[in-house]
Amino acid sequence: MTGRLHPGLIAFAVLVYIFLMGPLIIVIGSSLSDTTFLTFPPQGLSLRWFERIFEMAAFRRTMVTSFQVATLATCFALIIGIPAAYALNRYRVQLPGWLSTLFVLPILVPEIVLGFSLLRSVQVGAGLPVFSTLLIGHTLLVLPYCVRVISASLASFDFSIEEAAISLGSPPWKTFFTVVLPNVRSGVIAAFILAFITSINDVSVALFLTGPGISTLPIQILAHVEQFFDPVIASVSVLLMFLTVAVMAVVERTLGLTFLTK
Amino acid sequence: MAAPLSLEHLTAHYGTTKVLDDLSLDVGAGELVSLLGASGCGKTTTLRLTAGFLAPTAGAIRLGDTDLTRLPAHRRNIGLVFQNYALFPHLSVLDNVAFGLKQRGMGSAERTRKADDMLQRVGLADLAERLPGELSGGQRQRVALARALVIEPQLLMFDEPLSNLDAKLRVDMRVEIRQLQRANGTTSVFVTHDQEEAFSISDRVAIMDAGRIRQFDTPEVLYQRPSNAFVARFVGFENLIPLTSATRQGSIVHAKGDGGISVVLDQEQLGAVPDRFTLATRPDGLRVSPDADAEGIPSTLGLRTYLGRAYHYQAETPAGHLVAAGPLSRPLDIGATARLVPELEQCCILPAEEAP
Ligand SMILES: Nc1ncnc2c1ncn2[C@@H]1O[C@H](COP(=O)(O)OP(=O)(O)OP(=O)(O)O)[C@@H](O)[C@H]1O
Ligand SMILES: [Mg+2]
Repeated sequence: MTGRLHPGLIAFAVLVYIFLMGPLIIVIGSSLSDTTFLTFPPQGLSLRWFERIFEMAAFRRTMVTSFQVATLATCFALIIGIPAAYALNRYRVQLPGWLSTLFVLPILVPEIVLGFSLLRSVQVGAGLPVFSTLLIGHTLLVLPYCVRVISASLASFDFSIEEAAISLGSPPWKTFFTVVLPNVRSGVIAAFILAFITSINDVSVALFLTGPGISTLPIQILAHVEQFFDPVIASVSVLLMFLTVAVMAVVERTLGLTFLTK
Repeated sequence: MAAPLSLEHLTAHYGTTKVLDDLSLDVGAGELVSLLGASGCGKTTTLRLTAGFLAPTAGAIRLGDTDLTRLPAHRRNIGLVFQNYALFPHLSVLDNVAFGLKQRGMGSAERTRKADDMLQRVGLADLAERLPGELSGGQRQRVALARALVIEPQLLMFDEPLSNLDAKLRVDMRVEIRQLQRANGTTSVFVTHDQEEAFSISDRVAIMDAGRIRQFDTPEVLYQRPSNAFVARFVGFENLIPLTSATRQGSIVHAKGDGGISVVLDQEQLGAVPDRFTLATRPDGLRVSPDADAEGIPSTLGLRTYLGRAYHYQAETPAGHLVAAGPLSRPLDIGATARLVPELEQCCILPAEEAP
């Protein structure tokens, strides 16, 4: 191998970038269009479709719901997922091998099936309110990702560090917070981001679990495009994207900082 | 604050496998004792039991006046040094060393001062702000040592602390560990599978095999007077010759073995010689004599190797394959017949080996 990049490789990388960034550019471009229909490249530049979002109560409402559900479901999934991933890795030798597979099995279940079965058993069966069912559904949806990602970062964690801390007088439960968590911080952040994005973009599960009163943003977008073809869905998407990035930044900052100052 | 450690009849299992079998060990206050043995013999398990990370299925652990057997690990006040250092990767060197002091509720200013002092003692004062990832192996081991020492533990335990270091550093560090241990007078248990390392720094060494201690004594005694065949082989007595006493005259014993083996032993040099026993020698304690009629072990010589001070011969004898030494002045060839004569001051008498 020489240090020089093959021109073909560069061309290939550029193509991949275009492929990845294309949809993003089209969506952002269309959202800035001055027309009343979705078009790319945009004709005329205006922010009117962004203003329009806030005139439409349904978009505002569902966006709030989406963020609430995503935040809460992600937090629940982490609260369950971190100890689960910890136990799976800490006691790997003692535990049967299939146990960790069990935790990622739900990924294989088609999300539509998950949504439908929750509708039947929890919402209709147990009579739980829409919001709670949605929360349960999304927690279940993102939990496997949390366990998987945090497991991956625990796999390289040296548990003798934990024993070192205990031998120095730190009680085991406290050791988990002062020694284990700070060292899997990046895994926790990655899990948070992945779970949050999965939840906020979910259609399949929410499709069954949202009711007339409560809906999520992707479902609202779906309902909107069934009747209209205006650029407002593009601007909603852009707004959603930026808000998500903002949440990620906040998470990265706060989790990063609080752990470091411990 | 030195306290004696006593392990009393410890038995330990992993699942259904027994890994320690009725192991007892007494370490005096301020003493440094090594656990020496091959991989898998239970050294780490012994440390883990003492540290409280594993509960014994039977037996008791006492440190000074305290019964540790049921005490949780974090309340045992034992300093541990691990083979892979086990430093906290997210904390600076200073915070690593101060960690144990923080657990003891010491104020920030005082623990910084104490941790700094300790880093000074291990020669790392100017690296206090570094992260462990930015240190060399030897520096990491010093931090680990400082972290264990600063809490002024009643007991220090090392699990192969030097095996990740290069040969030169290993020798330097073991001297340093011994000096720090001496200066603090902390009772210590040192695990290693390196015989030289164990013998060079320990007051006493426990030689372990298959979850048991085979002999526990000073390095000098272990090296010269092993008490059983396992320890004898371990410390280099390669030649084990089963013999039976034939005639006794005063302190002189004539002993015979298979295939015309006949040796003369002196109980004044070797201690009491029982009726059935095993004579153990190192290669240098078995001299090759070309005089085929002399007393000794009849043999056919095999490969000759040059060792600077002498030749070593691989020899086939009625007692099996032995290794003997011959003078540089008279090299003998492959296939020559010779007698092997034990040098009594380099031999020891072991109880007869049980037939397996
Ligand atoms: N977690 C475990 N589960 C099951 N068996 C184990 C476990 N840890 C150790 N063992 C077994 O117990 C025995 C003693 O192990 P131990 O770690 O005490 O050996 P050691 O003397 O420290 O060896 P080494 O020099 O290789 O570190 C070995 O046979 C090992 O296979
Ligand atoms: Mg070990």
